[in-house]
Amino acid sequence: MSADWTRESAARIADAVRRGETSAEEVARAHLGRVETAEPTVRAFLAVLKDSALESARAVDAKRRAGRPLGALAGVPVALKDNLQLEGVETTCASRILKGHVAAYDATAVRRLKDADAVFLGKTNLDEFAMGSSTENSAFQKTTNPWDPARVPGGSSGGSAAAVAARMAPLALGSDTGGSIRQPASFCGVVGLKPTYGRVSRYGLIAFASSLDQIGPFSRTVEDAALALSVVGGHDPLDTTSADRPAPAVGAAPKDLKGLRVGLPREYFIEGLDPEIAAAVRAAVDVLKSLGATVREVSLPHSKYALAAYYIIAPSEASSNLARYDGIRYGFVDRSAASLEEVYEATRAAFGPEVKRRIMLGTYALSSGYYDAYYAKAQRVRTLVAGDFKAAFRDVDVIAAPATPTPPFRFGEKTDDPVAMYLSDVFTIPSNLAGNASISIPCGLSSSGLPLGLQLIADHFGEETLFRAARAFESARPFPSLNG
Amino acid sequence: MKQYELVVGLEVHVQLASRTKLFCACPTDGFGAEPNSRICPVCTAQPGSLPVLNRRAVELAYRAALALGGDLAGTSVFARKNYFYPDLPKAYQISQYDQPFCTGARLEIRVKDAAPRTIGITRIHLEEDAGKLLHEVGAIKLDGSLVDFNRAGVPLIEIVSEPQIRASDEAYAYLTALKEVVSAVGASRCDMEKGEMRCDANVSVRPAGSDKFGTRAEIKNLNSFKNVKDAIDYEFRRQVQLLESGGRVVQETRLWSAETAETRSMRSKEEAHDYRYFPDPDLVPLTADAAFVASLKSSLPELPSARRARFSAELGLSAYDAEVLTGSLALADYFEKAAAAAPKGAVKTVANLIGTEFLGKLNSEGVEIDEAPVKAEGVGGLAAMVADGTVSSKLAKDMFAKMWETGADPKTVLAQVGGGQISDDKQVRDWVRQAVAANPKAAEDLKGGKQAAIGALVGAVMKLSKGKANPGLVNKLIKEAVQS
Repeated sequence: MSADWTRESAARIADAVRRGETSAEEVARAHLGRVETAEPTVRAFLAVLKDSALESARAVDAKRRAGRPLGALAGVPVALKDNLQLEGVETTCASRILKGHVAAYDATAVRRLKDADAVFLGKTNLDEFAMGSSTENSAFQKTTNPWDPARVPGGSSGGSAAAVAARMAPLALGSDTGGSIRQPASFCGVVGLKPTYGRVSRYGLIAFASSLDQIGPFSRTVEDAALALSVVGGHDPLDTTSADRPAPAVGAAPKDLKGLRVGLPREYFIEGLDPEIAAAVRAAVDVLKSLGATVREVSLPHSKYALAAYYIIAPSEASSNLARYDGIRYGFVDRSAASLEEVYEATRAAFGPEVKRRIMLGTYALSSGYYDAYYAKAQRVRTLVAGDFKAAFRDVDVIAAPATPTPPFRFGEKTDDPVAMYLSDVFTIPSNLAGNASISIPCGLSSSGLPLGLQLIADHFGEETLFRAARAFESARPFPSLNG
Repeated sequence: MKQYELVVGLEVHVQLASRTKLFCACPTDGFGAEPNSRICPVCTAQPGSLPVLNRRAVELAYRAALALGGDLAGTSVFARKNYFYPDLPKAYQISQYDQPFCTGARLEIRVKDAAPRTIGITRIHLEEDAGKLLHEVGAIKLDGSLVDFNRAGVPLIEIVSEPQIRASDEAYAYLTALKEVVSAVGASRCDMEKGEMRCDANVSVRPAGSDKFGTRAEIKNLNSFKNVKDAIDYEFRRQVQLLESGGRVVQETRLWSAETAETRSMRSKEEAHDYRYFPDPDLVPLTADAAFVASLKSSLPELPSARRARFSAELGLSAYDAEVLTGSLALADYFEKAAAAAPKGAVKTVANLIGTEFLGKLNSEGVEIDEAPVKAEGVGGLAAMVADGTVSSKLAKDMFAKMWETGADPKTVLAQVGGGQISDDKQVRDWVRQAVAANPKAAEDLKGGKQAAIGALVGAVMKLSKGKANPGLVNKLIKEAVQS
């Protein structure tokens, strides 16, 4: 009997394909089979690219047969959040306004995956334009949490997180603007990395908030996250804000954590934090200590203002970024409109309520007369939040914190209360404002069997430190992957 | 009726002469080309695309700013100017707002015989152009409108003057001088017919002697320097009449119509856009490296005003000649080349030949300088013959016409017209002796101080020499002869 490739890591699959132990086609078929079983319940994908996945898998196999060297992700099936441009494929951002929009080019991260011989399985569901924390804001479908179909997978990259958790793909890309990778990773019990701002090119990532957006991977092992970053990261001349430094290579598994200084931010263990999560994070920190790390308390005093500042800055940028959906060049347009004004009104009525809310918030915050009170002040808060981290990272190498204040919640639980939904990202937002590197890894199950996440935060370009701590933790406390 | 003073500030957009657009690699040669043949994901605002700044365009912008005596900001910031219009693909224009790359520039203008004035330039900033709407194709009026993005993203600088212009003639002179400087440094071709130079005028009036500004109207759609002058004249009359009849000027944007020679209201202040400017998070701030700026400064060619001053100071040209001969870069180069081919004392003759004969031929035959049949060296050679007395000024004019006709050099032409002047001292002295002997009365009168009497003696010498005696020498020797 052959191996079940849906239980293997991306690193293991790529190695097996390169060595000829299996074929890319066999791996793709295994995952497509898993999609057939799991997808009717999970509904992670907006589009499954069955034919093109098999076609590109066969191309990888042909390349191997021709004796040509294969890339770092040879034959690895990858799911892409549907806000990443994949040439020739519909890219919707889970919005009616982009229904029918076929990507005219590849995102840089997508191009790099192609060049590494990855195989694209499909486009995954998200909150419309990545705005949300439960994927309930998708215009098209609800994605369920593979651990409990009554609960949300988190968001906005809920489809990518769920696809990896349900073993429909070993690897997926998402984007994280305020926690949209780490929060769903935590909810779905998988690894989710938000790289340092500038680490991965944003070219071809449909913008939500440009100064905060960052592409990152979902995987079931930390090594796979590092592997994915080594492929998609690094400078891109097409993105002026991408950092001019190479992505870190996947290092060897660490033996221990001797010399690693871990900080526990006092402001993160607050009222409203689920006691089971608080306990799980503290237990995880004890594991780090047992591996040789030292632990001390640190302070991030401006964290309490981060959420408010974020909800000025992100909507402000979004109000401008989403203005291009005007019905003139692509996507949805109401052909019955009789005047230019009507074209705009009818077209932009296609946005969902959360997107409209944020466009209005942002438009207001940038308005003449309000700019200084809102946008400019929020930027000053942002500077203070970043300063907190800089100060903390003089004393510690990595900060350990909860990824989310609660375990995965039920559908509809927070949809009527936007602020309650926004609070779901309270622990992840500060890293977006500061632009530093941050990862969420599973650290246990709640009493009701739901995954809980540990967030590790490092300074800018400190991904190697994150990987070291996370890999050591992972091997000390292996997390179960879902059966079925 | 009260006396009113005109107050004008000009906002001039100049297209930079870079080969590619400001934020993508599309060519800028789209004028007259197939619509939408110069476009890519970036300049059509495909979702997820990002701008990358064109360094060459920045260099050209800096050259123009330095030539206008401006201060380059150490750091300048690109900002988004948000508004909806179908020709604006992102629904925002990338421009510069509160941190432009240049402030404090200036331009010297001259109106006919008036003393030169210096007009302050408040700021110069970089921005991208929009596309173009088409409402008809050829003679066919379209049912809807089409949009051509060839021009979208073409690099512009906007040059904003202080409201220091006081007459429509000054506005005309300002534009002339601006075009001269900006094109002299190669920053732009300034071809108005191709839309490479466009102007908006802010016009207000106030009672003469007042130091408060009146309410201004912004006049758009000015497609030529003459339009600018005419529109300002019209607007001055309109505003004065309005005030004199007890009305008041409202702040608004008005469109100039060249057909009806009047301005009409386009939108009022209340209808003006709130552009919600904010720093573009897709672009890092632009820094002006000191060494780079220094090297740009040293590579700037001599500007027309400096050249005029040098022509006067070093070559002894009159202000009028210096003005005429620096009318264009090509003409000034031509003159310098000609002057270099003639002895130092012949500069004035070179200036005369070029200022009258050469320019006359260029105008009457509609020929460009670089295609003129008479080369600069030829003019220099001809002037040298006048200077050493080989030919008279009158003969030189005839010879120039022959040179233009045949393209021959002055020596060849001189041989064709049968030799030149006779400056042989002994020969001329002999003719003078004969003339004095034949006209004793005239000689006596001249000796007695009656200068007009010399005419008869000169005439006699010319008759004897068949018109070939050097007139200067003849004059000199007659005076010597009657005194002795």
